[in-house]
Amino acid sequence: MINIYEVQETNEMIEKENLDVRTITLGISLLDCISSDLDEVKKNIYEKITTVAKDLVATGEYIEKEYGIPIVNKRISVTPIALVGGAACKSPEDFTEIAKVLDKAAKEVGVNFLGGYSALVSKGMTKADELLIRSIPEALKCTERVCSSVNLGSTKTGINMDAVRLMGEIVLKTAEATKENDSLGCAKLVVFCNAPDDNPFMAGAFHGVTEADAIINVGVSGPGVVKNALEKVRGESFEVLCETIKKTAFKVTRVGQLVAKEASQMLGVPFGIIDLSLAPTPAVGDSVADILTEIGVERPGAPGTTAALALLNDQVKKGGVMASSYVGGLSGAFIPVSEDQGMIDAVEAGALTLEKLEAMTCVCSVGLDMIAIPGDTKATTIAGVIADEMAIGMVNQKTTAVRIIPVIGKGVGETVEFGGLLGYAPIMPVNSFSSDNFVNRTGRIPAPIHSFKN
Amino acid sequence: MKKAIITVIGKDTVGIIAKVCTYLAEKEINILDISQTIVQDYFNMMMIVDVSNFDAGFDTMVDELKAVGEEIGVVIKCQREDIFDMMHRI
Repeated sequence: MINIYEVQETNEMIEKENLDVRTITLGISLLDCISSDLDEVKKNIYEKITTVAKDLVATGEYIEKEYGIPIVNKRISVTPIALVGGAACKSPEDFTEIAKVLDKAAKEVGVNFLGGYSALVSKGMTKADELLIRSIPEALKCTERVCSSVNLGSTKTGINMDAVRLMGEIVLKTAEATKENDSLGCAKLVVFCNAPDDNPFMAGAFHGVTEADAIINVGVSGPGVVKNALEKVRGESFEVLCETIKKTAFKVTRVGQLVAKEASQMLGVPFGIIDLSLAPTPAVGDSVADILTEIGVERPGAPGTTAALALLNDQVKKGGVMASSYVGGLSGAFIPVSEDQGMIDAVEAGALTLEKLEAMTCVCSVGLDMIAIPGDTKATTIAGVIADEMAIGMVNQKTTAVRIIPVIGKGVGETVEFGGLLGYAPIMPVNSFSSDNFVNRTGRIPAPIHSFKN
Repeated sequence: MKKAIITVIGKDTVGIIAKVCTYLAEKEINILDISQTIVQDYFNMMMIVDVSNFDAGFDTMVDELKAVGEEIGVVIKCQREDIFDMMHRI
């Protein structure tokens, strides 16, 4: 039988170390909403989302009470809208109409974000894909809860550089369109290489076409729990360090598995995957950077940081995999800047640069995340940063992403405040040498060779 | 059997266990196990209870126990046992 110490340990994780379930994301296929008539599509989408997800928030809140564990976000991901709206939308404005419907549906069911305003263009763009991409700045300006993502490359197809170049411009236009809110639109826009179909985390969640009609995916978190466990093994060997991370990740993931199963049963929707991620929040003590510091680097960015992160990421997966029956999504440590107080401090102290962050993305999940850069950065430079990150994902057969925010009207040394879970960020300098001639080449970068690995 | 774990944490005072047990008896909730410690004057108790006979909904029980705790100045939490089982047992 469970003893008092085990109960205390669990409750301390929840109360003092910010253990939570970061998100229950309900994936909904909108493929059956397709029509050549725009009004019909809009009506179908609204009806499907508000029907399938009507009990999502209430169910999440009930589970929170039952187990005494916070479930921070309840969210929805949908089929990439470029596919759903392709037959009906003849202009970017038509796609924006769909974005407004998604926003309305998200508000109706009470979720804080809805992802899937997306296009998958890793090899080429259809007319619909391009129209959707061109609609992103306006769509993110006139909606509140819609998140957008674009998959620009994959290990199997290479990198679509025409789309990379276009996204460089779109990121900048989105920043411009939402400049009254410190270019907040860009915080809801992410580009991927090797985007997973079942990622529950925003802004990149979408419901892939390989998925069932509806599915529950759960993202767990708990950097504070790992940090706390590591405090108790200061100065010990790597073996002890790794074992401690693994055991902690196991415990954290088991909670996610329990919540996912319960939500799946209560909603009558199949359980998809658990995303084993250490996702920080701006709250003190809920930081991945603090774990790196605890492992032994003075600040994230110091030599040794990449190795420490590689170790952390791997142990989280090793511990988590056994705790859950299905693992998927992004699964790893997130290293956003604005959402992690320790990362913000490291940038402000001059320890962490964009280039070091890029190196760190080679060994952890996702990529350059929530990084504020000067608003006068050129579109081709942004496209260059995106291309670099896509190349890392393509060659290393992993997911990488870029969520970068050129803050219009602000420069290096200033700070931008996004609020809530998105946090705040110091604006970081970007290499000022030009990438114009590289980015302006047309076509795509071919897929890499899968043998002769070095 | 549907089990729940009730934890009570707070400044030690007369009648904490009595108050909680009275509530449980009224609701026909059977107590399977009790353990308690006192750390630096802080009362720390855990109960394992059988909630199979309680049909008003688990969230009601959570709220009512919380209210009992507020009355006597301690924090009472009630959680389904599964969360501890999942975390501490393979």
